[in-house]
Amino acid sequence: MSELTLERGLAAFRAEIDAPTAAFFSSCVHCGLCAQSCPFYLETGDPKYTPILKLEPLRRVWENEFTLWGRIKGLLGLQKKVTDAMLAEWEELLYDSCSMCGRCSMVCPVGNDLAYMIRKTREGMVQSGHAPEGLVSASVRAITTGSPMGLQWKTLAVQIQHVESSSGLTVPVDQEGAEYLVLLSSMEVINFPEYLEAITRIFDHAGVTWTLSTQCFEATNAGIQIGNKDIAAQLVERVVAAAETLRVPKVISPECGHAYTAIRWEGPNLIGRPYSFRVFHIVEVLDELRAAGRIRTEGKEGDRLSMHDPCNLARKSGVIQQQRNLMALVAENFVDLKEHGKYQWCCGAGGGVSSNERAEALKMTAFKRKKAQIEEVAPERMVTMCATCRTQLEEGLETFNMEIPVVGLTEMIAEHLVERD
Amino acid sequence: MSGSMEFLLWTKGPLFNIALAIFAIGLMARLVEIFMLGRAPNYAEPRAHEWPAGLRTMLTRTVADPGTFQRAPFNVVVGWVWHLGFLTALLFFVPHVELIQGVLGFAWPALPNPVVDFATAITLLALIATLVHRLTHPVKRHISTIEDYLVWAVVFMVVLTGYLAYHRLVEPYPLALGMHILCAEILLIILPFTKLTHIFTTFIARWYNGAAFGRKGVQS
Repeated sequence: MSELTLERGLAAFRAEIDAPTAAFFSSCVHCGLCAQSCPFYLETGDPKYTPILKLEPLRRVWENEFTLWGRIKGLLGLQKKVTDAMLAEWEELLYDSCSMCGRCSMVCPVGNDLAYMIRKTREGMVQSGHAPEGLVSASVRAITTGSPMGLQWKTLAVQIQHVESSSGLTVPVDQEGAEYLVLLSSMEVINFPEYLEAITRIFDHAGVTWTLSTQCFEATNAGIQIGNKDIAAQLVERVVAAAETLRVPKVISPECGHAYTAIRWEGPNLIGRPYSFRVFHIVEVLDELRAAGRIRTEGKEGDRLSMHDPCNLARKSGVIQQQRNLMALVAENFVDLKEHGKYQWCCGAGGGVSSNERAEALKMTAFKRKKAQIEEVAPERMVTMCATCRTQLEEGLETFNMEIPVVGLTEMIAEHLVERD
Repeated sequence: MSGSMEFLLWTKGPLFNIALAIFAIGLMARLVEIFMLGRAPNYAEPRAHEWPAGLRTMLTRTVADPGTFQRAPFNVVVGWVWHLGFLTALLFFVPHVELIQGVLGFAWPALPNPVVDFATAITLLALIATLVHRLTHPVKRHISTIEDYLVWAVVFMVVLTGYLAYHRLVEPYPLALGMHILCAEILLIILPFTKLTHIFTTFIARWYNGAAFGRKGVQS
């Protein structure tokens, strides 16, 4: 990357300002309600974490250069400029204390989509050299090795062998013409290897043809988390190339929230063209199979279960009912958290916060909102469908000495499949 | 007396025309500034159409979700009260309805004076409450700018001068009425250049918000 400067940052801010952004900034009345939707503000009580304030760099560029009044102020020397020092100060606000969960976008009374603008503002932060070290290195690893954690195919190959020997099934690799190309996240491969075995069992049970690709197995997109279109587009192109090589009509994003929004909603716009295939989250696929009667289960979990909706999946992608249909299939004592679905609360780790070591303490503080929600319904176990959320829930619950195990929904379904004769 | 009458005629005549022109041109410029920026094409396969979702959010965002209401009841209720009170006085006071008839060529029935009077008094109290809240709530105090206080003062003065004129609490009457009209004109003039533009742009913002979420299958 060539030198990152304030000028490049300002140019990126300018390039990001569009009609929605201008309508949003024109409408803010400083009512402060966005703060009431932000776990980072609510759990710290520090007003600097008010969501609309996190957008101040982008707002200044808009006012100074995109409004009549701002230009008049410029002639009078009254403009407040965006400086390098300001951006350095805002780095914490835009990365450490924002998981882009989008709850503020659901709550703002004038209708401002703040998460949409946070995503845009990060583009300028990257170009001006004010992105956190943890995210920069994850992006570099994603580009150079194909995985933000530096995971290689050979590691996955070992895991495939384990899955094959424990399940007695074959994990299809590079199978041209399969119905689904399955993507994984490195986090899942490392922390939750049971996921791969679960989908291997479920797809065998349902008679689904699927494949992994040696060309590209990583679904996550560090470029979207850090806020860099070029990196994000390159990572999307890899998925597109793999899907096109194998001529699959459908691609499955794994139990990961941002990977899904990246490939499902941002991907086609990053590469500037529609896909030749359709994209689904694994939970959507499982629910379709359920509805078609292709998943037959036996027995139910008897303990009290509750569920964490990943922000990227529920609020930001409309996958809300599917996971509940699946829970009904295998759980008899399920209770929803009070605010769930599109109004769920973030675990605190999304939007790159978990890759940003510096934000560790803040991330745990933000988790207290989730913790309080969980305490309210007192489940024996939590279920979720995002590896980042799951890791955060596990770490958080452990930090606060709450003995509540966390399970992935896909695994839970796999455990209840009717055995074939 | 003659001085105050001249003042009243000036506010009702030339200044009214100037204020209306600045308001209209300024607002038009702001809307053009917004729409000229456009939106990038969206190639992602939508789950639903943008328009119905956008139109719904334009209305539904008027009411806070239950969780937000519980967390910030004062903010929500006081905001509602003063907006409704202000709109009642603005749109349903007999002389205002006559003015609207004169400018637009059509209008609607007015409300009885005691009703408007009550709404105005409530609005004044609610506006004072919003100011106290802005000065004391940590978030609001932290994010407030000079513009927030300026806009508050102008809105408050519009309502206050109207209340004083109606109750003949300032003499001579032409001066009182002239002051009210002047304040309303100041409001019109600053509207396109301050957060008061939200009166119009909030519906654009809500549409974009509803459309963006709607195409992903979520009614925001």
